[in-house]
Amino acid sequence: MKVRDLTELAARNLREALLRNSLTTIGIAVGVASLVSLCSLGVGLQQFADKRLASSGLFNAVFVAPRMNGRFGRDERQAPGSGDRQRALDETARSEILKLPHVVEAYPEIRFTTEILYAGNPYMSMVAGIPESDRTDGAFDGMQGAFFSDPRANEAILQIEFAKQLAAQPQSLIGKNINLRYAEREVLIDGSPNPTRSAKSDPNSGLSPGFSVIPRQTQLRVVGIVETEPAVGFGGIGRGRVLIPEALAEKLSAAQSNDLREILRGGSTSRTFPSLTVLVKTASDVAEAENAIKNMGFSTFSLLDATKNIRLAFTVFDLFLLIFGSLALVVASLGIINTLVMAILERRREIGVLKALGASDRDVRKLFFAEAGAMGCVGGIIGVVLGWLIGQALTFGTNVYLHRQDLPSIQISAVPWWMITMAILFSIVVSLAAGLYPATRAARLNPVEALRYE
Amino acid sequence: MSTKNHFAICAEHVSRHYEMGESVVRAVDDVSLSVGGGEFVALLGSSGSGKSTLLNLLAGLDRPTSGAILAHDRNLAEMTSDELAEHRSHTVGMVFQAFNLLPRMTLEENVELPLRLAGADRRERAGRVREAIERVRLTARLTHRPTEMSGGEQQRAALARALVNRPRILLADEPTGNLDSVTGDEIMRLLREINESVGVTIVMVTHERARAAEFAHRMLQMKDGRLVGEDAGASP
Repeated sequence: MKVRDLTELAARNLREALLRNSLTTIGIAVGVASLVSLCSLGVGLQQFADKRLASSGLFNAVFVAPRMNGRFGRDERQAPGSGDRQRALDETARSEILKLPHVVEAYPEIRFTTEILYAGNPYMSMVAGIPESDRTDGAFDGMQGAFFSDPRANEAILQIEFAKQLAAQPQSLIGKNINLRYAEREVLIDGSPNPTRSAKSDPNSGLSPGFSVIPRQTQLRVVGIVETEPAVGFGGIGRGRVLIPEALAEKLSAAQSNDLREILRGGSTSRTFPSLTVLVKTASDVAEAENAIKNMGFSTFSLLDATKNIRLAFTVFDLFLLIFGSLALVVASLGIINTLVMAILERRREIGVLKALGASDRDVRKLFFAEAGAMGCVGGIIGVVLGWLIGQALTFGTNVYLHRQDLPSIQISAVPWWMITMAILFSIVVSLAAGLYPATRAARLNPVEALRYE
Repeated sequence: MSTKNHFAICAEHVSRHYEMGESVVRAVDDVSLSVGGGEFVALLGSSGSGKSTLLNLLAGLDRPTSGAILAHDRNLAEMTSDELAEHRSHTVGMVFQAFNLLPRMTLEENVELPLRLAGADRRERAGRVREAIERVRLTARLTHRPTEMSGGEQQRAALARALVNRPRILLADEPTGNLDSVTGDEIMRLLREINESVGVTIVMVTHERARAAEFAHRMLQMKDGRLVGEDAGASP
């Protein structure tokens, strides 16, 4: 029998016992729905966690420091008497790092104390530079207003708690100007800005020529308000409450707390960085970039191992959800067995007629398989839709709760295409497995006895 | 064996025994018969004489306990299950006392069913279905379901279904058993007409000797699973 004829006959048979077959199909749909909704929660939560981790900038980042820095808790000082000079983490090194494969950004951590003037009132705060990559990595998702219009724009994004200090309605600040007062760091070299000064550096001392601090003021336009302060880079949570473009922050050349330590290190008249955050395209590129940077003579640190552990935990979590979700489908498969066994009893004579007219055992088996598969396919499709709806309902309910807690909305369920395909295929496979016994029983039916059956 | 080439069916010492606990029921016991191509043979006998069992063996619906059944020189006893299905699909057509039409299908769909099972080309089907239905004069009932047709019409529909695959042998099990005498005669005339016009070999099981004598060429009498006599019927 040809596939089309088989399909038409199976569809006709299913339509005949519409109520019973519909109930069986709904049973399968409920099973698939429970599977899809549970898995969608697992995947949704994993995606949520991945997104949050990605937005933290920690997992596709390599943190670079000079070897003598010892910042990352490692004893990487050069051996006594080795004579190798420590490589400075300066603009030249940064340019070299930027040329490495997969590296998309390398920026220093810039954070400095400032005074904000708004409506004639001064407010002390901390300014932090925000890299351009944050525009697309989700760190600022859900913010009010917009991200910086240009990497060098004189614009600021305010953390909401600070914005509330400036105005009762934080949103009203968007589009307004604020004045930023800061201390500019200017390197002293021969012919320094203050020639009358007596304590000029001794060129033979090996010390840095030092720098002067000049008060400056610049105007920034507020373009956005962010609910939670994004944790960017190795600086971790709580970097700043006034966020400005990284390039602008570098241009301002504001004095930072680690500048005093840098003076004592001496050596270079050009500015060096205590550390650099290097972003690579994906987390899988981290190892290669890390090795390349180490070979350049710098100390590195990444959270690659932590990512692996988190993924492992989610995989185990997903596996548990899959097992519990599958149980409902197994129960539904009993419905298929019951329905098809009943169908054999009801259609015993019909099976005899089919065999008398030339149907082989294989044809009869295929017919029952087709009916089981069709119920599995339709049940699978309905189940996927139901599962997606359940996921959406759970997301909605969760967001209502989060909203009441003054927390931002999140998407806790996700039904990707692979899940839809796998759920429908799984449903068909389980249904076919459930149809195996009835189909075999129908195929083995003795036609003479079947024709005698009343 | 060369003489057997003239026969559509040739049964040699065919037996079909059933074990019922410790006893053995000999439904068909050492039966040998030959049916020539284009012949119309009636198998007569009382209830339980083994005529329907023998017909099922000839149809390939059942296998003999011993003996050989040759249908157009192929031994059914040696065929695999798939080959028997092929035999039922292409070599024989069957008509039953209870009609056995599928109630949810229209006349047209019932008649098309053997073509579906045989995997016949879709483009040919409509023509062959119409031809079979015209032969039994049921063109006006194409879209009717069996429950909307009389007993005689249902049996004619069953006949159309049996003929649609153009079999060389038609096996009819009490085709008039559920019909009144007038309708029964109509069916018998139709069988005779098909036998004469198409040349189909017919083996019909019946217990109505008079009717068999009127339409069949030859009558074989069965009793207790054995062939006990043979009479000539109507002239071919």
